[in-house]
Amino acid sequence: MMDSDLSPQDKKDLDKFIKFFALKTVQVIVQARLGEKVCTRSLSSPTGSDWFNLAIKDIPEVTHEAKKALSGQLPGIGRSMCVEISLKTSEGDSMELETWCLEMNEKCDKDIKVSYTVYNRLSLLLKSLLAITRVTPAYKLSRKQGHDYVILYRIYFGEVQLTGLGEGFQTVRVGVVGTPIGTITLSCAYRTNLAFMSTRQFERTAPIMGIIIDHFVERPFGNMGHMRPCNYRAPGEDEGAYNGVEDSQEVCTTSFSTSPPSQLFLSFLLFSLFLTFTLSLPLLFFLSQLYCSRLSYQPPVLVGAADFCHPSTLNAANPHQVTTQMGIPGKEGGVPQQVPVQPCHGAQAEHGRVSSCPPADHVPATPSSSGEGAETLSRSIEVKGVSPCDVLETTFTRKVGAFVNKPGTQVTTASLDLPFAAFAPRAYDLEENDPMVQPPESPATSSPLQGSLHSQGSGESGGPAQDDFVMVDFKPAFSKDDLLPMDLGTFYREFQNPPQLASLTIDVSSQSMAEDLDSLPEKLAVYEKNIDEFDAFVDTLQ
Amino acid sequence: MNCRSEALEVSVEGRQVDEAMLALLHTILLHRSTGKFHYKKEGTYSIGTVGTQDIDCDFIDFSFVRVSSDELDRAIRKAVGEFKDAMGNGMDGMGQISLEFYQKKKSRWPFSDECIPWEVWSIKVNVVNLANEQERQICREKVGEKLGEKVINIVEVINRHEYLPKMPTQSEVDNVFDTSLKDVQPYLYKITFQITDTLGSSVSTTMRRLIKDTLAL
Repeated sequence: MMDSDLSPQDKKDLDKFIKFFALKTVQVIVQARLGEKVCTRSLSSPTGSDWFNLAIKDIPEVTHEAKKALSGQLPGIGRSMCVEISLKTSEGDSMELETWCLEMNEKCDKDIKVSYTVYNRLSLLLKSLLAITRVTPAYKLSRKQGHDYVILYRIYFGEVQLTGLGEGFQTVRVGVVGTPIGTITLSCAYRTNLAFMSTRQFERTAPIMGIIIDHFVERPFGNMGHMRPCNYRAPGEDEGAYNGVEDSQEVCTTSFSTSPPSQLFLSFLLFSLFLTFTLSLPLLFFLSQLYCSRLSYQPPVLVGAADFCHPSTLNAANPHQVTTQMGIPGKEGGVPQQVPVQPCHGAQAEHGRVSSCPPADHVPATPSSSGEGAETLSRSIEVKGVSPCDVLETTFTRKVGAFVNKPGTQVTTASLDLPFAAFAPRAYDLEENDPMVQPPESPATSSPLQGSLHSQGSGESGGPAQDDFVMVDFKPAFSKDDLLPMDLGTFYREFQNPPQLASLTIDVSSQSMAEDLDSLPEKLAVYEKNIDEFDAFVDTLQ
Repeated sequence: MNCRSEALEVSVEGRQVDEAMLALLHTILLHRSTGKFHYKKEGTYSIGTVGTQDIDCDFIDFSFVRVSSDELDRAIRKAVGEFKDAMGNGMDGMGQISLEFYQKKKSRWPFSDECIPWEVWSIKVNVVNLANEQERQICREKVGEKLGEKVINIVEVINRHEYLPKMPTQSEVDNVFDTSLKDVQPYLYKITFQITDTLGSSVSTTMRRLIKDTLAL
């Protein structure tokens, strides 16, 4: 170590450069895995706040996670900072995709100028990182993340672990910068074998040894952070700091496609119908109000409740992206069972594979954003005074024809005899909502809660609403899904159950008939007034 | 000082030429552009901020990062467009486009300033014609992978930290950097190309370009 040759000012500058370089490195990597294009503006005049003369915005949560992982230390010899990028599917399978390593070795460059050369070379290295992050295989996967899978990140400090990348992983070196105290190297190790090795049971049974491999189970490092999704953005103060990117994102169009939210809402519909048989209506009413804050199918602890309580923070301009993160039973035809859990800080112990939730100081920033984010779901679910930390854990259980054989009389009796019927919106009048009796309707407007169970519920996959059997997987013949962005099966599932025409619904027609009858005398009066005009018109036709 | 020369080679379909060239040229220019210099008293200067932008290719399964500067993008697109026109449309062929970074050296009258290249990137392009959509789809992915490899090659060369011109004083900044753009400041560069159909025409194209560039100075 040649610290003694460095002036105190140079040492101080170098430490600062390394610290901010590490933070910016994490930002570049995570932002490149957000799933959308990044765009920042060039500024001819320096702002004084853009490190390395590059416009790289700071996502506060990412900075917070990075600082937490560093714990006041700096990357140095034997102390590497790593950013692990993983993929997690809607079925619970996870896979580590790549690990970015910021390391330092002992090779020193004593003669290099810290304040000029090192700084400029670090800037060059960040540019190289920007370029390389778009080239590794995980970039394309992250651009397509959505209802099938999400991309998560984890920052840790210490020894590099590459065992999760599978056999045959490749390494690409982004670059090196020599400094008087060592040579900084930035590299990426990425997986080449993308075949899944684990099949996770839906029920929480113990994994069968030797078959199921879950890399979240063992955490040999004490200061490992929990996995975070790469597709959120914090609200509040971050919105101010992130304005540049947000503005530029208005210019840069996103290429993300909407998910089939109808899948989720039909699942909610089915689950709610199930609950009316087993639970009292007040509890059902309470539970329905909790749905609104859920953003991802993942258990909240994996991402920190504060993150998933911010539907507004999702980067895509397309609000439907919010729903892509929610649990979708999808191909398995399973019915998600929304189970309320304790607020985020209590949920930590549940899984054992993630560490702490975000600190409490994040929580106050959320209510406004959850309210704002709820607007993206407002068509279907209304948010009323929901605590952002009241997230729900989704588990998936296979159900076969769950609501096929329920007796109609029981449904009718249940809806009439309920002691708290006044609290129950019309959505829970099961006979009307029974898809076996009446096909799903287009969104109703009389009550938001009712809307939540009707809207967009008509087109979805799985089709248990109208079939006697559950479609486990749908593979249409002669359809290749590797060439087209949306395969035939997905298209079929999405548009399998179109909403019924409004003009054909009984309520609408009965309402309009009453209105029509009332307005008849007026119309007749108008026609009598204009009778001369009509006669003239008839004459022209002859 | 010897000029550093790097060669890259890609095989693309006709409609992919534009995007492939833009991807590689912009990747190089990203590393060879700084923010605008603002000189202060006592020889110090501050540097503006370089923004970046993700670009998705339409005909190639590839995305790249470029400097957020419409002026620079227009200049590069113009050069690539001329290269593609020279290559011809829908024909097999080979061509080479060169991105050369140079410094100007003031000469006494009546001689014009000398351009001394310090780094030259030559991108050789093979244009192929494909028979059906299946082949085009495969080509789309393969060219994307190849471009990724080229980006890694470019980054590898850049990060060797070999010769770069010294940071100039205010009076000499125009000898090192292109200060004509509003928002960013790339090193002085020029783009030339030659089409390899016959030896004679390639030489004449190159000579024409060289003369034109010299007169432009």
